[in-house]
Amino acid sequence: MSDAILSVEDLTIRFGAVTAVDGVSLAVAPGERVALLGHNGAGKSTLFKTVLGFLTPAGGRVDVAGSTPGSDAARRAVSYLPEQVVFPKALTGAEVLTYFARLKGVPPEAALPLLETVGIAGAAHRAVGTYSKGMRQRLGLAQALIGAPRLLLLDEPTSGLDPVSRREFYEVLEASARAGTAVLLSSHSLSEIENRIDRIAIMARGALRAEGSLAELSRRAGLPIRIRVEAADGRADAVQARLGGERVNGRSVVLTCRAEEKVGALGRLAELGADVIDVDIALPDLDDVYRHYSAATDEGTVR
Amino acid sequence: MNGLDRMAAVAATEFRLAFRNRWVLLSTLAFTLFALALAFLGSGPSGALKVDALTLTAASLSTLTVYLVPLMALLVSYDSIAGEIERGTLALVLATPVKRGELVLAKFCGHLAVLTLAIAVGYGIAGLVIAGLNGADPAGLVAWGRLVATAVLLGAVFVALGMMLSGLPRQTGTAAAMAIGAWLVLVVLYDLALLGAVIVDQGGAFTKTIFPALVLANPGDAFRLYNLALIESNAPIAGLDGLAHTLPFPVSSALVVLALWLFAGLAGAWALTRRIRP
Repeated sequence: MSDAILSVEDLTIRFGAVTAVDGVSLAVAPGERVALLGHNGAGKSTLFKTVLGFLTPAGGRVDVAGSTPGSDAARRAVSYLPEQVVFPKALTGAEVLTYFARLKGVPPEAALPLLETVGIAGAAHRAVGTYSKGMRQRLGLAQALIGAPRLLLLDEPTSGLDPVSRREFYEVLEASARAGTAVLLSSHSLSEIENRIDRIAIMARGALRAEGSLAELSRRAGLPIRIRVEAADGRADAVQARLGGERVNGRSVVLTCRAEEKVGALGRLAELGADVIDVDIALPDLDDVYRHYSAATDEGTVR
Repeated sequence: MNGLDRMAAVAATEFRLAFRNRWVLLSTLAFTLFALALAFLGSGPSGALKVDALTLTAASLSTLTVYLVPLMALLVSYDSIAGEIERGTLALVLATPVKRGELVLAKFCGHLAVLTLAIAVGYGIAGLVIAGLNGADPAGLVAWGRLVATAVLLGAVFVALGMMLSGLPRQTGTAAAMAIGAWLVLVVLYDLALLGAVIVDQGGAFTKTIFPALVLANPGDAFRLYNLALIESNAPIAGLDGLAHTLPFPVSSALVVLALWLFAGLAGAWALTRRIRP
């Protein structure tokens, strides 16, 4: 993609004999939210640090907003939230934000409303030492949003957040993506990402295993879809006779099918009319999909 | 312009943190109390020797300063890089447009501002008390002013050295140990080793030629020699300080030594910070 804000091509990073990132290619376009998934040590943080210009590639290239990572132009385009950051306890939230605004060359008056955006405006003038973990993480996000960066790099931003905070976190990300910010975030688990991400890249042992939307990845994984059909009284046998599948209790039938067979199965279901009371479709569990790709070894990148 | 504003933000934040952490208060108190204690302990002989109390205290305080100022300077600076690595904020800061050289220089300025305030206020209060009780002659005021100014220069050297040491390890604990080690070696053991060598040498070639240069090469000794050499000499002077009036170099060479240490410390801090992968 030529209009990508971040483009990584065949990137390899080595620490001595250890290859931390192995031939990874990835692009993120403006307004796009991409999640980088992988276990600890999969190479996610290393990739981030390379995009920030802290590490020098052993091979391949990285391009940030048309510039080399770490250059002035690249640094102005990127904002970063590390996995673990402890802001000075003695400073207030507003002071932390003012500090980073000045480092980024943004007027502090323009940055302070971000405390409102992330929902901690009420604590703006309290010392960071009194903040809860969730509030500190929100402050970190506010810091990253200063100056409406073109690329947001968030390293496991939602680990340790409660579900409500997590949802609000993704809502803020959605708003900035709509305003044109490219978002690249990393995470441990696919289910945590919910449906708030446009594209997913799965890394394992330094290499990219799969890339695509959640639906694409599920389809390519070929994991079965489960359709649970609840039949009318006494009609379960008839339903099973027409659809096949498996009886699970007195009145339900469970069908498993591949993603591309789903529409056909639903069509046959519709013909059953009053025999069917309810239908429940369960897509493959997100963690099943993730496990499928991150466990797939040495089969090369699934594209 | 942006670079200056970034540096101002870093320096101001360092200063604010030192203020909030009571560092400014504690170090100012320490300087005031030690200076006053010396003033009262040392004011006994001044009547008999007919020496201005301020001059006399400046002489004895220059010896104490060699221990106290480097210690305070190292304590204020040892955490500045390693601490930010440990807390994860260095990666965040270096992801912004701020340059590593800007960061080092701005942090140095912030720490030095803390130390300058503490020295100026602490020694200022002590100086006022002494002058108020005993009166002051112009030479005493000059000696006192020189003491404060060169104490700040000595502090600057050790703030820079502390920042350099802070750029080596990734943990604050290690940085603290290294700072204390540097203080012991440069301030305490160095002089002891030289004195030992002089005693063994018994007035030989070492004592006459190499010894004065080695004394002057140490930043603490350079500071003390400069102050003692310029104080009119009926104040009692002993030990290594006897060299103050027999130094085979111009007095100003002590300032050059301090400036070189400062430059080396800052350059070292910058070079080490450039190597860091946050």
